[in-house]
Amino acid sequence: MADVLDTPISTLPLDAWHRTRGGRMVPFAGYHMPVQYEGIIAEHRWTRAHAGLFDVSHMGQLMLRGPNVAQALETLLPGDITGLQPGRIRYSMLLNDSGGIIDDLMVTNVTPTGGEPAYYMVVNGATKAGDIADLRRRLPADIVIEHLEDRALLALQGPEAAAVVEQIWPGVGDEVAFMQGTSRDWEGVALGFGRSGYTGEDGYELSVPNSHAERLADLLTSDERVRPIGLGARDSLRLEAGLPLYGHDLDETTTPVMADLLFAVSKRRRSEGGFAGAERIQAELEQGSIQRRIGFTVDGRQPVREGARILDAEGNEVGRVTSGGFSPTLEAPIGMGYVATALAEPGTAVTLEQRGKLFQATVAAMPLVPHRYHRKGKSQ
Amino acid sequence: MSLYFTKDHEWIRVEGDTATVGITDHAQHQLGDIVFAEAPEAGKTLDKGGEAAVVESVKAASDVYAPASGEVVEANPGIADDPSVINSDPEGEGWFFKLRLADPGELDGLMDEAAYRAWVETL
Repeated sequence: MADVLDTPISTLPLDAWHRTRGGRMVPFAGYHMPVQYEGIIAEHRWTRAHAGLFDVSHMGQLMLRGPNVAQALETLLPGDITGLQPGRIRYSMLLNDSGGIIDDLMVTNVTPTGGEPAYYMVVNGATKAGDIADLRRRLPADIVIEHLEDRALLALQGPEAAAVVEQIWPGVGDEVAFMQGTSRDWEGVALGFGRSGYTGEDGYELSVPNSHAERLADLLTSDERVRPIGLGARDSLRLEAGLPLYGHDLDETTTPVMADLLFAVSKRRRSEGGFAGAERIQAELEQGSIQRRIGFTVDGRQPVREGARILDAEGNEVGRVTSGGFSPTLEAPIGMGYVATALAEPGTAVTLEQRGKLFQATVAAMPLVPHRYHRKGKSQ
Repeated sequence: MSLYFTKDHEWIRVEGDTATVGITDHAQHQLGDIVFAEAPEAGKTLDKGGEAAVVESVKAASDVYAPASGEVVEANPGIADDPSVINSDPEGEGWFFKLRLADPGELDGLMDEAAYRAWVETL
């Protein structure tokens, strides 16, 4: 119990709201968070079929402002930030000097027309304190880093999310497609919308002042297409969608190349470099990395969890499972892990060892369940 | 017929020198949606307190311990075919295995139903 006593658990703005709705609260990233309401499988399926409301207020919301802030961010992130237009969102990562991932994040250009450059960043809850310290230390002193602790973050995800949002805020759906953001005045406060999320479904992340978080959650769930969804289903949804979870599938020993997140290293930056760890990442881009993140499906029904060993045909350890669980959509055990790059091709047979028991698994192309993002210029 | 409970949330229903074992309603509720269960094969000898079966929910794996020593005489094929029966009827159709008791005296230290339900309320 020592660590529980040493680390106080904080309460987020929607704590009472979750409890009233039957949310089972667990400690996660230093907060009490709802792990489930009616059950993970039912909530997972509801999100894939309708719309789920996730409270992700534990995540860190930052605002970075100042002269040449985009250029400054490009020294730490491998993404094209200077070329990111206002209202556009990019998935990127904070890298250490050897190219390891300190955190993965979403950055939105929120510069007002004619105004001072400003970038809104959402970082992981468990890493936010370290991220802020790292950004403060490594960015020029004239960059202002504001931690928006007075704001909650809700994610509305699923095929009916856009219709729900459009009914309440007409025009938002047409205004923004996948990886675009906008804002609205609502009940006297500013509401931020980013058409993104971490389930593989179309949907939005909504940033709202803490004072209005309950009212927003009530408004969204008053639509019968929306149900509150816990962290348990968030984990199974993101696993099916092939999306890595920081601290499990990503850490400071993994690079974007190893993690198979090459899309986060923008084309211009691959040749130009100039970001933390660029030398190593450029070398890995050219020669390949020793290990690669894969997804896999497992024969049978027993889930294989994080930490299980991955073996080749001769029984040699070639990697480890970093996320494992049961896919409610595929009704089969699935997971992610790292293997020697030679074994990363989809279709490769591997053996998993968990608690002395062997399981047959097959490397599978990710996502394991297709994404349904609303991309501009494409029908749904 | 007598029904006993362990602090690890197993129940054991004794009829003569055989007993049926499963996990309690409280246990299934804590685990959430169960997606996999594996009962020990008939003929296997179990020691009291030793690992007897595996149950996995979407979230996590758990061990089921033997509430008493003995030889497994039957495993429930129903829980392998449809593990969700452990959620819907944990203290009935969701039983795990039947045991021929080696020493019925081992049951003396277990809780009766009233004691178990009262204890769970304190958790």
